[in-house]
Amino acid sequence: MADTAVVAEHTLRTFKDHLPVLQVLVPFCTAPLIVLLGSRRLAWPLAFIASATALVISIMLMWEVREGGYVAYTLGGWAPPLGIEYRVDAANAFVLLLISAIGTVVLPYAYISIKDEIKARDHTLMYACWMLCFTGLLGMVVTGDAFNVFVFLEISSLSTYVLVAQGAGRDRRALTAAYDYLIMGTIGATFFVIGLGMLYMATGTLNMADLADRIADQGANRTVRSGFAFIIVGMGLKVAMFPLHLWLPKAYTFAPSAVTVFLSATATKAAIYVVMRFTFSIYNPDFSFTNNTLEIIFAPLAIIAMFSASFVAVFQTNFKRMLAYSSVAQVGYILLGISLLTETGLTAAILHMFNHGITKALLFMGVGAYVLRSGGAFYTQIAGLGRKMPITSGAVVIGGLSLIGVPGTAGFISKWILVQAALERAPDNAMFLAIAVAIVLSSLLAVVYVWRAFEVLFLQEPDPNSTATEAPLMMLVPMWIMAGACIWFGFSTEHLYEFAAQAAQGLLDGSQGMMISTGQGGAH
Amino acid sequence: MGYFELDTMTAIYAAMLFPLIAMAGNMVFAEFKNVRDTFTLLCAGLTFGSVLVVLSNVGNSITTPVSLFNVFPGVDVAFNVEPLGLMFALIGSGLWILTHIYGVGYMRGNNEKHHARFFACFCIAISSVIGIAFASNMFTLFLFYEILTVSTYPLVAHKGTPDAIRGARVYLAILIGTSIALQLTAVIWTYVLTGTLDFTQGGILDGKVAGWIVPVLLGLYAFGIGKAALMPFHKWLPAAMVAPTPVSALLHAVAVVKAGVFTMLKVGIYIFGIDFLAQTEASEWLMWLAAYSIIAASVVAMFQDNLKKRLAYSTISQLSYITLGMALATSMGVLGGAMAIAMHAMGKITLFMCAGAIYVKYHKTEISQMQGLGRAMPITFAAFFIGSLSIIGLPPLGGSWPKFLLMVGAADTGHYIIIGVLMLSSLLNVAYLLPIVGRAFFLPAPEGTPTKFAEAPLLVWLPPAITAIGCIVLFFYAGALQEFLTPIVSVSP
Repeated sequence: MADTAVVAEHTLRTFKDHLPVLQVLVPFCTAPLIVLLGSRRLAWPLAFIASATALVISIMLMWEVREGGYVAYTLGGWAPPLGIEYRVDAANAFVLLLISAIGTVVLPYAYISIKDEIKARDHTLMYACWMLCFTGLLGMVVTGDAFNVFVFLEISSLSTYVLVAQGAGRDRRALTAAYDYLIMGTIGATFFVIGLGMLYMATGTLNMADLADRIADQGANRTVRSGFAFIIVGMGLKVAMFPLHLWLPKAYTFAPSAVTVFLSATATKAAIYVVMRFTFSIYNPDFSFTNNTLEIIFAPLAIIAMFSASFVAVFQTNFKRMLAYSSVAQVGYILLGISLLTETGLTAAILHMFNHGITKALLFMGVGAYVLRSGGAFYTQIAGLGRKMPITSGAVVIGGLSLIGVPGTAGFISKWILVQAALERAPDNAMFLAIAVAIVLSSLLAVVYVWRAFEVLFLQEPDPNSTATEAPLMMLVPMWIMAGACIWFGFSTEHLYEFAAQAAQGLLDGSQGMMISTGQGGAH
Repeated sequence: MGYFELDTMTAIYAAMLFPLIAMAGNMVFAEFKNVRDTFTLLCAGLTFGSVLVVLSNVGNSITTPVSLFNVFPGVDVAFNVEPLGLMFALIGSGLWILTHIYGVGYMRGNNEKHHARFFACFCIAISSVIGIAFASNMFTLFLFYEILTVSTYPLVAHKGTPDAIRGARVYLAILIGTSIALQLTAVIWTYVLTGTLDFTQGGILDGKVAGWIVPVLLGLYAFGIGKAALMPFHKWLPAAMVAPTPVSALLHAVAVVKAGVFTMLKVGIYIFGIDFLAQTEASEWLMWLAAYSIIAASVVAMFQDNLKKRLAYSTISQLSYITLGMALATSMGVLGGAMAIAMHAMGKITLFMCAGAIYVKYHKTEISQMQGLGRAMPITFAAFFIGSLSIIGLPPLGGSWPKFLLMVGAADTGHYIIIGVLMLSSLLNVAYLLPIVGRAFFLPAPEGTPTKFAEAPLLVWLPPAITAIGCIVLFFYAGALQEFLTPIVSVSP
């Protein structure tokens, strides 16, 4: 009797213990499975099951760390710092949830969109690449090993290049867009790995917690500092941090619609997480060079991005491209939140990562629906579609309002907290008052570019020859799930906020939060 | 007590929900116009009924806020009842019934398109007006304030003509621009300074801020509340006149603009506190700006030939009375401003509905074309005359009381020039409103103008006749209204 109880408890715990690795393994194994089975009919269901499983796992992980602390997992039982360690705390649990939730919700939409935009013979490989990209993004976030971040970064990047290039069936320029991204992405990854090399040189370890410990011990020296520079520039490319963003508008514009949805909501967010992890946990803002990087480089670049990218977005004539530029601007808000170096600022950044993720996913899905029905995303092609596709357009309106940050939508909350964070620092430095003003002013530009699209959709006469009808249900449901989320998180942000604040706190604890020796707060 | 509390909150939620049900009804029954419009009328009645329940439950006391949602720690979507908001809700929902009847007549008589979309957006606007009226903190108020802006945009752009689109752009640009750039900054700044956004008697800023921040913050609010149409952010109101007249009548003479000055009063009374404003003299500049707005807008109104544009400039001028009342920072001034909300609403909606009646029947928009029209439309022009007298502020019409109270307030604080401004403004009102009636009744009708009795459809002339009578009735109930509003200026725990 007693024995069975123990065994039962043991297996249960084992399963729970394996969650961090399963998060990555499930989609990772699905990718080759899809290729090996080679069945067009099975590819999508497999991908969907894997995504849904990943979502369940990420929710369970989030549940585990909701009160703080972390879940650690040692790969193959090799103890860190020699072995690879996966470690989930509030910050990465949050990003894992975002990625897997977006991945799951978008897949039904992708089914229709991919069928329409991509040749049937490429479908199985397409889903395999999708799974690999998904794996890579989840892996970058879940891992507690710096070199492992690089490995997953490459997995996600290489598969992303393929995914973007798939847009060539519709527009050949997708090939140059993918090529550009390949070059830039590779340069970024190279910078990143050079940075890691320097860190390894200085510390002899690659485990994040261990790195944090040793860097704190030895303090700033030239190797450690150059390592930081390389890592930030390398990741900055993946983040599309202004002025390293040039690949993004092209890649987002020419990639297949479903791919754009997925990437816009997840890829930059995973990279931003890595930037946060490195700046706050491995290095920490106590170092003057980290502090200076944030205040002298991040903040001005973020503000320039907020204005210049929004300004460029105003003049776009293609809905998809407009949204891509808006993404560059929104990344600016997130980086600005990080550069404020306060808990509120970081909370705002994390919240905006989430809110912008769901908002942009919704908007890009809307664009994809228009592309499906009218063959393109140019304003001339989508004119008047608001009347022909009212359900799609209703969701697009909600997304647009959230992008502007109208109260009652998710986008409003993160902007509020961002402005609040800037104003909180205003008493000691009047510069921050100007930053707060800059945030609200730049969101006025969002009003202009969003409203321009609204006018095209609703106030222009539709092409009399257009046969556009409402998008299919399998597209509408994911869109309205996102639209519902945009509204829901515009009202009831309580739990999300608390979790983001928890994550921000964990990150700001810096290397203290990462130290192995303390081991406090572990789930077991 | 607990039972009563619950009942009141349910009534508030019901008042916000009924317009939304009406909106859903408009979408479902889009093709059945009689079912659709009767259903909306029913919901309008129920909305007004719900607000009456709140009135009978609470009277003019101030209830404790009840939170509906916790948005993030420290900030709630919460509601409470206080006299000013209750009055605003009564006006908004009560006049909605009349405007809906009028709107049905207008839209049908005028062969406008997209009725269902029109009434659906109208319903959202009313729902957010109720939300604004019962909001118990600045966050909630701002939330509904913006929903009101967004939901009225399709109404302004309704006709879809290049003119309408241009007008709607100006409308949106100014209202969203000021509210996001200035008001939102002010709200968050208030939150950072005080850690709360709850409307509290006596204000929340006292002791938390001092010096230059007070007038700057007040400026961010005053200009950020673009709906109050304080110069130089007033251009949206004439631009919004491209909308169908029911929209101009209820929304741009009552709901939207009154939401603006209502917010202004709320900020003055419950965020800054009248005593705090009086002590710091932070609102001195605002008083002079409001006075300038009153005169300047009246002068511009005199030179408008388009009737609706003239009424719009008149509204800009009248709204500044209310801002002036707040800026005087005395209890008389605030009471005068609060009463002006009710009186001006009743008067101005009458004028707009008359303008719409003339348009429905004879498609005339310019004042110069309306010569001699009074013989054909005696009821419309009689109602217009009564409304005009109320706006001018002559007894025995409701509009006379707020001006009187404002003058008392100005005298209290020793601002004798302001008394002069108010008198001059009344004269200007006479100059731009009464000639319209005079021309219609006494000047000979040009060729082609009908001289026999030929009124607009019943649904279109009846509502303004009712509101005109309302203007007279309000004169006699002004004392009761003033007493009802008194709690907002008595600082008590």
